[in-house]
Amino acid sequence: MAPGGGRYDTAVAAPPLIEADVLERVLSSSLAKGGDMAEVFVEDRQTSSAVLDDRRIEELASGRERGAGIRVVVGETTGFAHTADLSEAGLLAAADAAAAVARGGGGGTRIAALEGRRPAGPSAGVRLPGEIEKATKLELLHRADEAARSAGLAVTQVQVGYGDSRRRVLIATTEGVHAEDDQVRTRFSVGCVATGDTGMQTGHESVARTEGFEVFGRVDVEDLAKVAARRAISKLSAVPAPSGELPVVLAGGSGGILFHEACGHGLEADHIVKDASVYVGQVGEQVASPLVTLVDDGTVGGEWGNYAVDDEGRPAARNVLIENGVLTDYMWDWLRARKEGRASSGNGRRQSYQHLPMVRMTNTFLLAGSEDPDELVAQTPRGVYVAKLGGGQVNTATGDFVFGTSEAFLIENGRITAPLRDFNLIGNGPEVLRRIDAVASDFAMMPGTCGKDGQSVPVGCGQATLRISGVTIGGTAA
Amino acid sequence: MSDLAALAERVVDRAAPGEQIEAYVARGDDVEVRVYDGEVESLSSATTSGIGVRVLIDGADGAKVGFAWAGSLDDDIVASTLAEARDNAAFATPDPDVVLATPDGVPAAELDLWDESVAGVATDDKVAMALDLERRVRAADQRIRQVLSADYGDERVEVFLASTTGIRSTTRRTAAFLSAMAIAGEGVDSHTGVGYSVARGFAGLEPDRAASDAVVRSCRMLGAKKVPSDRLTVVFDPRVVSTLLSVISSALSGEAVVKGRSFFAGRVGEKVATGSFTLVEDPTDVRAFSAAAYDAEGLACRRTVLIDSGMLQGFLYDTVSARRAGTASTGSAVRGGYAGTPGPGCRALVLQPGHHDQRAILAAVSEGVFVQSVTGVHSGVNPVSGDFSVGIEGLMIRDGELAEPVREVTVASTLQRMLQSVLHVGADIEWLPGIAAGQTLAIGDMQLSGS
Repeated sequence: MAPGGGRYDTAVAAPPLIEADVLERVLSSSLAKGGDMAEVFVEDRQTSSAVLDDRRIEELASGRERGAGIRVVVGETTGFAHTADLSEAGLLAAADAAAAVARGGGGGTRIAALEGRRPAGPSAGVRLPGEIEKATKLELLHRADEAARSAGLAVTQVQVGYGDSRRRVLIATTEGVHAEDDQVRTRFSVGCVATGDTGMQTGHESVARTEGFEVFGRVDVEDLAKVAARRAISKLSAVPAPSGELPVVLAGGSGGILFHEACGHGLEADHIVKDASVYVGQVGEQVASPLVTLVDDGTVGGEWGNYAVDDEGRPAARNVLIENGVLTDYMWDWLRARKEGRASSGNGRRQSYQHLPMVRMTNTFLLAGSEDPDELVAQTPRGVYVAKLGGGQVNTATGDFVFGTSEAFLIENGRITAPLRDFNLIGNGPEVLRRIDAVASDFAMMPGTCGKDGQSVPVGCGQATLRISGVTIGGTAA
Repeated sequence: MSDLAALAERVVDRAAPGEQIEAYVARGDDVEVRVYDGEVESLSSATTSGIGVRVLIDGADGAKVGFAWAGSLDDDIVASTLAEARDNAAFATPDPDVVLATPDGVPAAELDLWDESVAGVATDDKVAMALDLERRVRAADQRIRQVLSADYGDERVEVFLASTTGIRSTTRRTAAFLSAMAIAGEGVDSHTGVGYSVARGFAGLEPDRAASDAVVRSCRMLGAKKVPSDRLTVVFDPRVVSTLLSVISSALSGEAVVKGRSFFAGRVGEKVATGSFTLVEDPTDVRAFSAAAYDAEGLACRRTVLIDSGMLQGFLYDTVSARRAGTASTGSAVRGGYAGTPGPGCRALVLQPGHHDQRAILAAVSEGVFVQSVTGVHSGVNPVSGDFSVGIEGLMIRDGELAEPVREVTVASTLQRMLQSVLHVGADIEWLPGIAAGQTLAIGDMQLSGS
């Protein structure tokens, strides 16, 4: 096979993954023993990735995953089976396994005809990963490696990663849903180790977009490398972080994950219907500072958490969750929305055809305010300035969350001073939302990977520079 | 020959002159039951299979390696996977240290990791066990407000590995899981607790234990409050210690060491921990959840002492990292299934047990905190720099007894300093899921950050 050539279908609207008549027969077989709803989810995902580490191209990998997951819902019970065999016989066998939860008495459920197929293709201007020469992708890795190493003699190790994926999905249900999507994603990351008298420190930077190779027309990988190197080098002179409660200023785009963890998960309807969230029964209530307007939006151009339709065939939407501090709505998938007799909000997602869908975020962000970001720092006599957050974790039932920093500084007398060693911040979601006392105008997004119940999906988060009047800083200094 | 073995052999046979091929072929069957409120919430069953192929192309400056995988064993997909791996190899950097494993004469342990009951027990009995678990949790304590989920799961996994360098290995194992997440509540206060049990088969599961763990862990946190910052002794629960050992293990990977990403690099022979700390990796101990006869390159797994009475002895290597370090593989290659490439890692870490159980260790602490769970491990612990900061939930220790519950606080130090501040290693080994066993561990002089 020619390098990089012909791995993907190049036509914008590819033929369907499964023909409509086959889908109809599989769906009707799924409900032969009874049930309220059956769904066929078909996925064909192709990935490629490359790692440059220790100055060598170490791993150039290609992957292919193709299969179908079949779900049969009977009352409160869901039966599920998946198969890599996309023949009609393979699909029927999976349908039979999924229908094992139905205990006969079937035939009563009306099966809606599949609506006309709405073919989906990547949007115009997408440079499909399969049409890019492998050598062209690898050149990016070498350029980033060079740039990181030339950022300073203290840089002792560099790892650069590139990855792309094209994921075609098809969803058909006995309620007449017949939808497709074609999702192209690209990511690039640089990790540096810097070594000095104080030991070793690390710095990272990455970009991840629901776009093709055209992303590198705007994003300079050498800039990413320099940022990663600068973070590692600057932490060599870092001091231990303080302990106890202090005001925290989050730089624009550094810490949208705070809202993903602190309240996003608690607003997912699967936690709500099980009474396992601190936000149960709070719609219409003031749950945050009036400066907080929180939105989940799967339609923001090119962001990492984007899609045209979710993994249940529902179009992505812009959903306002908190408006001026008042809780307006939760996020919903088909199953939980049905329980409440309402429509899904387009938040039903799954890691792959091997998983059941559940309520997931897309791109979750806090709308910008009007203040000057520099002023926010100047008005803070003592505190912590977070330039980049790492990952986080939340317990939705209690609202307690943590998130780690990967670049942070002390604020002393209204000025950003010494860099801090990595630490975790800990807080309680509802409490932190009330303590946001200033939001600036410099909005930015960042990508992340969200893990829930063993499934990972790409998400985006975002915010402008903002200040929280007090958060517990998990450092070692008194 | 099994169909997996035959397929791997066919792929390896397609090696061209000057080419080495390794084929990793896997198949798994799994069942998952989740119950909620006395009903089956979901019941899943599936078979997955896939292949991962590495191709090495020999050259004057060393070999170039390429990799491809597919979640299918269909002939056409397997053929294109091999072609793709070959194509990828053409673009790699030639490297004299890149080779496939060759048999090294170490015999593989005979381990019985297969329990027929996983396949033999009827689905209805699996459902019944999950329902029984949920009932036990609800009935155990009036303060249990909710059982968020009660799950039963099992899996059967078969892997065959073959290479042009003479590797042939077969792995078969089963596992069964039971877990419950409880919410205890009093007034507006609520807390979660997770309990679980793992075994090779259905019969080995302990629903009573999973239930009581979920109940105790949620109920004893009721009334938890943030406490003032303090410097104190921290006693970690066995489950948390298993997590901590997993984090430390990434700094014991030979690859991290040769690439300058471990705070242990260059310290072999030095005292890196207190004398009571002896850390061993032994996948041949059948009690370990991830016990294995063969590593992910088909070499025999073996026992390796990593830290002996506080002295750093060495690291864990796969074939490539061992060559880079000028040593031999310790049979420690691991990989994340057919879609992953091998690298060195731990499967079965265990600390040499001390002399005291948890009660005795607590009794020796006049003021401290007992940690029952940690959060933010992936974001707050850096195995390169050693910086350590995690959120915790637990109970204060006052005069040797567990006292009031605490939440929304962190404990912090560095891994280097923690290893030098080990006060007690418990005698209470628990063989937990994951790559490390757990036991109670007391560490002095850590910073608790709260109000």
